[in-house]
Amino acid sequence: MLAKRIIPCLDIKNGRVVKGTNFINLKDAGDPITLAKHYAEIGADELVFLDITATLEKRKTLVSLVTEIGKVIDIPFTVGGGIADVDLIEELLSNGADKIAINSAAVYQPDLINDASNRYGSQCIVAAIDAKLIDDEWIVFTKGGTNKTELKLIDWSKELVDRGAGELLFTSMDADGTKAGFSIEALRRLADEVNVPIIASGGAGQMSDFTTLFTETKATGGLAASIFHYNEVSIPELKQQLMTNGVPIRQ
Amino acid sequence: MIVIIDYNAGNTRSVMNALDRLGAEYELTDDAQKILAAEKVIFPGVGHAKHAMDSLKNKGLVDVIKSVSQPLLGICVGMQLLYECSEEGNTDCLGIIEGTVKKFDDQKVIVPQVGWNTNFLTKNRLFQGLKESIYLYAVHSFRADVGAHTISTSTYGTEYSSAVQFNNFYGVQFHPEKSSKDGQLIIKNFLEL
Repeated sequence: MLAKRIIPCLDIKNGRVVKGTNFINLKDAGDPITLAKHYAEIGADELVFLDITATLEKRKTLVSLVTEIGKVIDIPFTVGGGIADVDLIEELLSNGADKIAINSAAVYQPDLINDASNRYGSQCIVAAIDAKLIDDEWIVFTKGGTNKTELKLIDWSKELVDRGAGELLFTSMDADGTKAGFSIEALRRLADEVNVPIIASGGAGQMSDFTTLFTETKATGGLAASIFHYNEVSIPELKQQLMTNGVPIRQ
Repeated sequence: MIVIIDYNAGNTRSVMNALDRLGAEYELTDDAQKILAAEKVIFPGVGHAKHAMDSLKNKGLVDVIKSVSQPLLGICVGMQLLYECSEEGNTDCLGIIEGTVKKFDDQKVIVPQVGWNTNFLTKNRLFQGLKESIYLYAVHSFRADVGAHTISTSTYGTEYSSAVQFNNFYGVQFHPEKSSKDGQLIIKNFLEL
């Protein structure tokens, strides 16, 4: 049976792991290679690296980081964060990244999703969406959650899938950093409308949040950062509890 | 020497990294002579079956692969291309193994399948030292039916062949290079065939 995926997310800035609450107040949570290796060893099913560096050196440091991660990690990993051109996607994939997450760039140049999935296959193109509930409607934000768009979550998700995205990474900005649980209602609605795997992000605070996610929605992956980095939720214990609750999980 | 077939349609870096972790020496090549002279041949593949076949044709590698007599391991699309044809782009494949590669039923399951699925392994040297049922990582929208040459099965909406062996040709639908320690052991077993 296909197992549900537990996915730690490592936010990277200038080669170090950081994670903020609601995208601000960044804290240093370690060296990415050490942390990645640790997660692979304790049973993480996949890893996501989001590079929030905004300097000119970003490209070079990101490619070299991906190369180093690929050498030591024997589980799949996704790389994202301001990736906006096919050349960089190619460089990251050819240096060992399994999947590329595209967020803001998909909004400003949606053909990038078509181009990238045509060239490298849908299986390696993850469309990342940050959204916030405004007047009963989930609205898409770009640029790290700072810029409101006119796009609605469901419509935009369908378009991304039509354009070739093989997976969706949905971050609820409302839930992110609250530790009050994933945005279950939005995830349910989303899963009814698209038929690609959905990774849920934002809101995980305790083990039971993952149980709720996997029993009440069709999301196939649950992503979190700081609760794993600060060991507030232990991945082996989380997996044990999910199994006890009948969720298919890789031991 | 181990060779990895280089035809612009493979996740070659991940395979190379896995071989590096095993301390194995290898060469990434599209040279027919080197492929035919190799002790082991790894045939990776990702993306669209038609693009992959076109790329093999352009490099003149179709007959080369068919005439490999040493152990060959097709991974993911590399496995699918060993069959007669694929529904993906209605592609004629290498025809080494009987059967058609078909799409998962997207009315029944989320497509693509992404993640760690249970594999039920038969007794085969490729799986030496592994339990009968293990989780391995796979990403795919197409799959082969269970048939006479199936050596491992998985279920996703329907039961399918997650690994196959016909003479010296081995194929795995999962990514051993991304499947942690069990995947690494499968690669090691292949290198020791």
